[in-house]
Amino acid sequence: MASLLQFRDLTLGYDRHPAIHHLSGVVEAGSLTAVVGPNGAGKSTLFKGIVGLLRPHGGMIEYGGIAPVDIAYLPQAAEIDRSFPIHVYDLVAMGLWRRIGAFGCIGKLERGKIDGAIAAVGLTGFELRQIAALSGGQMQRALFARLLLQDSRLIVLDEPFNAIDDKTVADLTDLIRRWHREGRTVLAALHDFDLVRRHFPQTLLLAREPVAWGETGRVLTVEHLMKARRMSGAFDEREAECSVAAE
Amino acid sequence: MTLSDFLVSPFVEFEFMRRALVGVVALAVGAGPVGVLLMLRRMSLMGDAMAHAILPGAAIGYLLFGLSLMAMASGGLIAGLAVALLAGGVARATEMKEDASLAAMFLLSLALGVAIVSLRGNNIDLLHFLFGSVLALDNEALMLIATVATLSLVTLALIWRPLVLESVDPGFLRSVSRAGGPAHIIFLGLVALNLVGGFQALGTLLAVGIMIVPAVISRFWSRDLTAMIVIAAVAGILSGYIGLLLSFQSGLAAGPAIILVAGLLYCGSVLFGRCGGLLRPLLPRRPLEA
Repeated sequence: MASLLQFRDLTLGYDRHPAIHHLSGVVEAGSLTAVVGPNGAGKSTLFKGIVGLLRPHGGMIEYGGIAPVDIAYLPQAAEIDRSFPIHVYDLVAMGLWRRIGAFGCIGKLERGKIDGAIAAVGLTGFELRQIAALSGGQMQRALFARLLLQDSRLIVLDEPFNAIDDKTVADLTDLIRRWHREGRTVLAALHDFDLVRRHFPQTLLLAREPVAWGETGRVLTVEHLMKARRMSGAFDEREAECSVAAE
Repeated sequence: MTLSDFLVSPFVEFEFMRRALVGVVALAVGAGPVGVLLMLRRMSLMGDAMAHAILPGAAIGYLLFGLSLMAMASGGLIAGLAVALLAGGVARATEMKEDASLAAMFLLSLALGVAIVSLRGNNIDLLHFLFGSVLALDNEALMLIATVATLSLVTLALIWRPLVLESVDPGFLRSVSRAGGPAHIIFLGLVALNLVGGFQALGTLLAVGIMIVPAVISRFWSRDLTAMIVIAAVAGILSGYIGLLLSFQSGLAAGPAIILVAGLLYCGSVLFGRCGGLLRPLLPRRPLEA
């Protein structure tokens, strides 16, 4: 399989404190990978690096045939202004931006796609509802519908199921599996190991440094999880400069 | 006096009333939609600060070129934009939140402006700067207001999609496009332009009123963006018309009368508005099935 993303000795973080240390590895095209690890392990930071919101301190990310602007990204806490007067339909339609831009027409074809996306996430009938009136689960469904419309080869989801009801989690997981079947590459940061074991063939266990990366069964072992817990801790201002980087 | 005498004849008989009405209608149509977006983007204080910043700019134009509309309008525009960009810049560069920088800047601008005007002008000039002279709009002023209104509507239509997207979910827009930044800057330009137009008729203290108050009114009557901008424009026009009539019949200063009427419409909306009006729950309406 071709590699879609390749990390070479990647170090990423904020203000000289690396949240990710020397990560190297490959994300194969078409893979379905869960990214797990304790809080503060660097999962969100890695995703921000992948979509181009953060520049690496060291190392690099190589993109095999996809540009960061074409990646469909769902951030952990969307900066959405919930009180803005906009309907679900228009929020979802935003996903078509790369195709229609600021002036493109939303014609019959596009309307069909939008209706299809809304139906795929189970929000038919909610098209004209204001986003302020949506529950957490409904909002997440709407955001997934927007991702659907982006029709991207790489989908990056940062903790998409935090505080979401079971039914929504199940429905949206089905959508992720459908993307996998369509040959798209999916990366998802998750906390639910049960979900990961059941649906994600690949896992990357992160605790600032990569603890393990590969087939889920072999990554999510007690030994690895204990190691991950030991490795993550608070930023230390007094910390010495990275010895590996100095080499 | 018949009803038509009361409602219509002041405008039929007096040219200055007709001019004032045309000016205010044009202002309301341009400033209403801009005001709605200003309010939704939580930039109302920014708008107020920009309005006050126009005063020193216009005052410098006045100092250098006398009562030349071009000079004062250009000075005002530059000053308004400068304050908007400066306040944003200071907020980004320091720990201070934007609202504190804006408050400081608008007080500074107001004091500076009044000081500069009093260097050359007299009290009447100062009053016109502060409260406008809607009953003395000459052709040049009307042209300015009409141009601003037209430009506003056209530009808003062009930047509509990126501007709305940037207001709702700036993170998403940033991840798929670089149109957000330019849309924001162009929008600031439109705000400044409308404030310069409003400055003529309503003065520095009230110019932002024709932008913000109709916008807030619209919030109480609709949850649909398109409906809101129409309601805001209509509320502005109504305030203008009733305000001018009020001023004509009672002798109240025209500019403040217009904003006063807008304020009364606002109070009415807070009480009786369809969306969130305080007294609405008192009207018995059973909840729907779903």
